[in-house]
Amino acid sequence: MTVNTADELGRFGHFGGRFVPETLMAALTELEEAYREALADDLFQAQLRKLLQEYSGRPTPLTLAEGLTKEAGGARIYLKREDLNHTGAHKINNTLGQGLLAKRMGKQKLIAETGAGQHGVASATVAALLGMECKVFMGEEDVRRQKLNVFRMELLGAEVIPVTSGSRTLKDATNEAIRHWVSHVEDTFYLIGSVVGPHPYPEMVRNFQRVIGDETRAQLLEKEGRLPDDVVACVGGGSNAIGMFTAFLEDESVRLHGVEAAGEGLETRKHAATLTKGSHGVIHGSLTYLLQDEFGQVTPAHSISAGLDYPGVGPEHAHLKERGRVRYTTAEDGEALEAIRLLCRTEGILPALESAHAVAEAVKIAGEKSHDDIVVICLSGRGDKDVESIRQGLEGMQDAD
Amino acid sequence: MRIKKAFQEEARRRLIPFITAGDPDFETTLELVGLLDEERVTAIELGVPYSDPLADGPVIQAASARALEQGMNLPRVLELAEAARNRGVTTPLVLFSYYNPILRYGSEVLMTRAAQVGIDGMIIPDLPWEEGRELSRQAAEQRVDLIPLVAPTSRERIQRIVSDAKGFVYCVSSLGTTGVRSDFDQKVDAFLDTVREASPVPIAVGFGISRRKHVDRFLEHADAAVVGSALIRMAEQRKDALTDADRREDALEEIRQFVRELADERSVSVYRT
Repeated sequence: MTVNTADELGRFGHFGGRFVPETLMAALTELEEAYREALADDLFQAQLRKLLQEYSGRPTPLTLAEGLTKEAGGARIYLKREDLNHTGAHKINNTLGQGLLAKRMGKQKLIAETGAGQHGVASATVAALLGMECKVFMGEEDVRRQKLNVFRMELLGAEVIPVTSGSRTLKDATNEAIRHWVSHVEDTFYLIGSVVGPHPYPEMVRNFQRVIGDETRAQLLEKEGRLPDDVVACVGGGSNAIGMFTAFLEDESVRLHGVEAAGEGLETRKHAATLTKGSHGVIHGSLTYLLQDEFGQVTPAHSISAGLDYPGVGPEHAHLKERGRVRYTTAEDGEALEAIRLLCRTEGILPALESAHAVAEAVKIAGEKSHDDIVVICLSGRGDKDVESIRQGLEGMQDAD
Repeated sequence: MRIKKAFQEEARRRLIPFITAGDPDFETTLELVGLLDEERVTAIELGVPYSDPLADGPVIQAASARALEQGMNLPRVLELAEAARNRGVTTPLVLFSYYNPILRYGSEVLMTRAAQVGIDGMIIPDLPWEEGRELSRQAAEQRVDLIPLVAPTSRERIQRIVSDAKGFVYCVSSLGTTGVRSDFDQKVDAFLDTVREASPVPIAVGFGISRRKHVDRFLEHADAAVVGSALIRMAEQRKDALTDADRREDALEEIRQFVRELADERSVSVYRT
């Protein structure tokens, strides 16, 4: 399978497209043209490469997790350490790319949506670095859950705008960012944080994130002289997963696993397992899988992880699911919490709640394999931001025991 | 056909009121449709409430949320249109819906059903021209007009969008979401003139229009003015009265007065056939 390039209408197979108000259509065309030019511009690529290396600290290490491997009792497990990026997650790969692009387009104002706050922090960071204005839209519920990240963004000079509509989480923050963009489209650049939204965002964000998988593939070839058997990543909107998977799409021997949040369980309504339990629908400008009711109303998602708490998913994931190239599965809140405890104790690494979903699934997969096999986990972020939620979650589990 | 005829008739208000179906409830919406029909507006936009209305400002967002709480949904809005026709409403009815409820219902089935219940046109604010080709064809087969939107940012897109327009063209007055604006940029006149010149059908202008002053201003460059948020706010402020059998008549009368103040029944701007 070749790397997917969205077609003229921005489709990955059946999915993607541009389902937005007419007011935004010219801006999306302008963005796509500027992006294609930047892609072909060696100077732009060199600037981006330099920032990724000297500012964010790339390449990030590929760590052999010996303690976790022993605990899982099977395949050797490697961790791709996106948690070691500047600002603590893979999100910066994309914000550096889009920030440079905004600058090149002569836009001085950035807007962004955020769930957990990681993309908001990464956007505020890039705005500070490049000397731009930044407004971050964040659901009121997430503002409450992620107080420290709100303060971090403000410290970086961004304005955090609490969103009080709908379920007051990532979905609503994205709605509000789009509404703001419709009002200020002429001088504002919308820096979307995942492989979602109208074309060209899903493809553009994927290309800014594919450095994760490109590095992993080269690093593993150097260390082991071969490709991994299994690659595991968590999926909310799906940017770290697509960034990791893209390099392996043509390697048919490599099994790819995307892990969605099953929240309190797939049988409850409190989950964020869009690909597993959703159906075709349009959200935030893209035709994809969606959690919705029988009348096409979007239903709220739920996950202990604010970054996975999203009722949609990137359209390329919808395409990869239907082509059968990626296996999509789920992990519950409790499994993610257990995985955090496990990774802390065996490796001395505190993963983000999002990434812990991938760890939980990878341990299951590794347990059924032999020591000759290799499993790679995309450790998309570090868990410092989640310490309070993790404490409450683990206490809740003990109470239940 | 109803839409074309309404724009040609002289004795009509050059107004296209927007109301969210189901706000405050099914019966009141039906009463409002009846009232607007009596007042001989050019067309009535029936808004299908949606969980994520991203082209809408706070007033219509709130109306949408209230209607959803009432259990309103696309099939019920179609029932509402049918009930209005059964009560003798003859004004063109235009369904305003975000794309996802339509996708879920099935666009082909929807067009058939819409034609049966007397829907004349459809506005889908998040379905731009490029994405709407198939749906436009399905609509045309059932003689339902898919009303295209153009915005001040559309520029060289205008020609393509309006060239095969049916019914009327909806011009977005200014950047941003729906909701009351105090003033409009002078540049909007040139934009409207451009669209009118290019369009084979009448043009309506909407977003932010709330007063007689605005309507008069826009009717010099367009064939009808859409009023949404201002009307919804009037109904919202009279919600208790509207749902109380004893006070309903007075509240409806106040809304009727508001509609009358917005535009005269015998309009100056009759669409040139």
